[in-house]
Amino acid sequence: MVLGFALVLAAWHLMTAVLEVPMFKKITPPAVVLREWFKPDPFFGVSVYTPLYYSHIAYSVYRAYTAFALAVLLGVPLGILIGWNRTFREFTFPLVETLRPIPPLAWVPLAILMLPGTEPPVIFVTFIAAFFATVLNTLLGVQSIDRSYFRAAECLGFTRRDILVHVVVPGAMPHVFIGLQIAMGLSWVALVAGEMIAGKRGLGYMIYDAYSMVQIPTIIMGMLTLGLLGYFSSALVRYVGRRLMAWRAF
Amino acid sequence: MRLAAWSRGLRRAATSAALWRGLAGIGLFLVVWEAASLVKLPFLRHVPAPHIVLQSVVETIQTSAYWSAVYISAKRVAMGYVIGVLLGVPIGLAFGVSRLFKDTFFPVFETLRPIPPLAWVPLSILFWPTMEMTVVSVIFLGSFFTVVINVLGGVETLDIRYVRAAVSMGATSWQVFWKVVVPATSPSIFIGAAIAMGLTWEIVVAAEMVSSIGSGQTGLGAMMWQAYVGGVIPLIITAMISIGLAGLLFSALIWQIGAYATRWRRVT
Amino acid sequence: MTQGGGLSIRNVGKVYDPEGINVVALQDFSFDVSPGEFCVVVGPSGCGKTTLLNIIAGFDTLTAGEISMDGSVLTAPGKRLSPGADRMVVFQHGALFPWKTVLWNVTCGPVLQGRFSRTTAEAQARQLLSRTGLQGIEEQYPGELSSGMRRRVELVRALMNDPKVLLLDEPFRALDALTRGVMHEHLLELYDLARKTVFFITHDLEEAIFLADRVVVMTTRPGRLKKVIKIDLPRPRDHRVLTTARYGALEEEVLEAVQEEARKAFETGERELA
Repeated sequence: MVLGFALVLAAWHLMTAVLEVPMFKKITPPAVVLREWFKPDPFFGVSVYTPLYYSHIAYSVYRAYTAFALAVLLGVPLGILIGWNRTFREFTFPLVETLRPIPPLAWVPLAILMLPGTEPPVIFVTFIAAFFATVLNTLLGVQSIDRSYFRAAECLGFTRRDILVHVVVPGAMPHVFIGLQIAMGLSWVALVAGEMIAGKRGLGYMIYDAYSMVQIPTIIMGMLTLGLLGYFSSALVRYVGRRLMAWRAF
Repeated sequence: MRLAAWSRGLRRAATSAALWRGLAGIGLFLVVWEAASLVKLPFLRHVPAPHIVLQSVVETIQTSAYWSAVYISAKRVAMGYVIGVLLGVPIGLAFGVSRLFKDTFFPVFETLRPIPPLAWVPLSILFWPTMEMTVVSVIFLGSFFTVVINVLGGVETLDIRYVRAAVSMGATSWQVFWKVVVPATSPSIFIGAAIAMGLTWEIVVAAEMVSSIGSGQTGLGAMMWQAYVGGVIPLIITAMISIGLAGLLFSALIWQIGAYATRWRRVT
Repeated sequence: MTQGGGLSIRNVGKVYDPEGINVVALQDFSFDVSPGEFCVVVGPSGCGKTTLLNIIAGFDTLTAGEISMDGSVLTAPGKRLSPGADRMVVFQHGALFPWKTVLWNVTCGPVLQGRFSRTTAEAQARQLLSRTGLQGIEEQYPGELSSGMRRRVELVRALMNDPKVLLLDEPFRALDALTRGVMHEHLLELYDLARKTVFFITHDLEEAIFLADRVVVMTTRPGRLKKVIKIDLPRPRDHRVLTTARYGALEEEVLEAVQEEARKAFETGERELA
């Protein structure tokens, strides 16, 4: 595993510092990026030591997680309803499927027009991305519950409410959590795009700003930070899922 | 023979309650939108009513600028997507088949994967000589990562018994790969391809919005952004619908190709 | 414990219509089950035995005929039957809720139906579980148990609901042969305790003869009654009965009846519908 990273870093170093391949001309070598990243007094103003870095991270995290939370709060119940109740599904699913293909980013202009301020549009766009993925996977989760469980519940005299609470929700959980991981990943993707276009502060904005000021090490720092945050966020969701579904550990 | 089944299906769909309910749901949405627009809710102050949007749609699809934008976006999507698939499938298969390859390069892959495609844009602009290549490369990244993950998943869930059966019949490694692994993984390959296609349209919009300056070629995303900047709001919605529709159609196309290529799957 | 659970199946027919093709699953099937009788239905795959069970359970409807229990009509064309605790089902692949503990699974029926408080139900459950040799697993999840134990828990769950009829849909099919043998003896022990009416479906002849008071042989699709064979082996039974002469004679009789149908099913390529 270390070999892989080493090879990639070596290739990067080769292309930029040593061979100076033309296309890589503007890309800074890894050594420079790392030096800048960990310098107490960075040349371009952002490093592990500057509060600005953490301010950007905080904004991005706040937006991503807020949008994600909203998507879960709205998306999971909706997904369950659509998956479980056939009449409701017949009315609402076509509408959902019509709106879903519209890329989250395509909502940006509309979001800016509809919602006040700078934060809500970015959060809204991120929310859209996470929302549809959540709804879809939740409804898939409900539909993947083996019919026998429903039949057993009927024999056992469960009311509709009992079935919802004791069969549908727990039964759909595994799929829901897969959906949440996907939604979390999508949140970050949409968030960055939203920040690049409409935000002030945040990692997406940091990258775009660095780009316009030709501060390339900062761009790369931003990218890698995003990668780390995205990976960590998905892992967090996975962890929560594992804890909530102790029965799956066997 | 196929036609009879189709017409039967059509007749069934036309009389199905589900279809009318679905249309009712969409219809209700449109009615509420129209009403809210008329009442001039603060929320929707700038959002035009459905009938205005409809007007805009009808007008726009008659302009050549629209279809040229569609073509440009579609071309970028197709190129980035195809390269993503062409590179993604072999690498996904390699990850699945070779322990060494996976151990070496998968961590790097997984580290780069969460980086949103759009975060690659500034770097790509610096890297690639032309803006077109930048947009296509960003699209490529989007489809590439998705395809690899899905193909890998397909290989890993492959029933080992198929491989063993082949080996016990005297197949060489290459034969096992081409005659067992690849066909068995093909459903996953096509699912990955369809998902990637949907994602690609989302990325093309973003990529075009960010890099629409200096590119000279106006795709749908750029058109939408220009409409926003120019304050022509019905056009924004027209563009949104177009992009959504395009994504849907392209994904459906991939699904169909996939369904046809894996028709051996029509079991039970 | 009130005895009851006599089933009267009269001229039952079931016709499916998937994609416009008429499938006759059951045709003019008539049969009576006495209260407390252990009745086993055998037949080749696709013969309609599961359909019959589903209709009695309330998961499916019949298109002709009538089924009554203890004199009152359960279902007829136009009379929908809901599943209920009086006709508890034990499913082929098991339907213990994997996300609940054994104790919860076993007590959920009476508790949610409001018949017992949680404490009473749990006490009863623990008793019943230890009587069947399952003490100590109450707080475990089904995923932690072996498949044999899971089936036993599911049986306890069914019995906790005091059903009139126990409907068993090939419950031991997914078990290995050795476990299955042990389960048969176990099931008969439970049966001897409770003497509920049992309606059991299988395509395993040895299982059928070993367990049953009467074996009902069904024809291949469309399912009709082919033959009823009385199993006069004495109870209580254990595995030693499998090597007696009487068992051998019965096996021959059942085999002859079934084999013909099995061959027909094989040739027409019948398979189970859903």
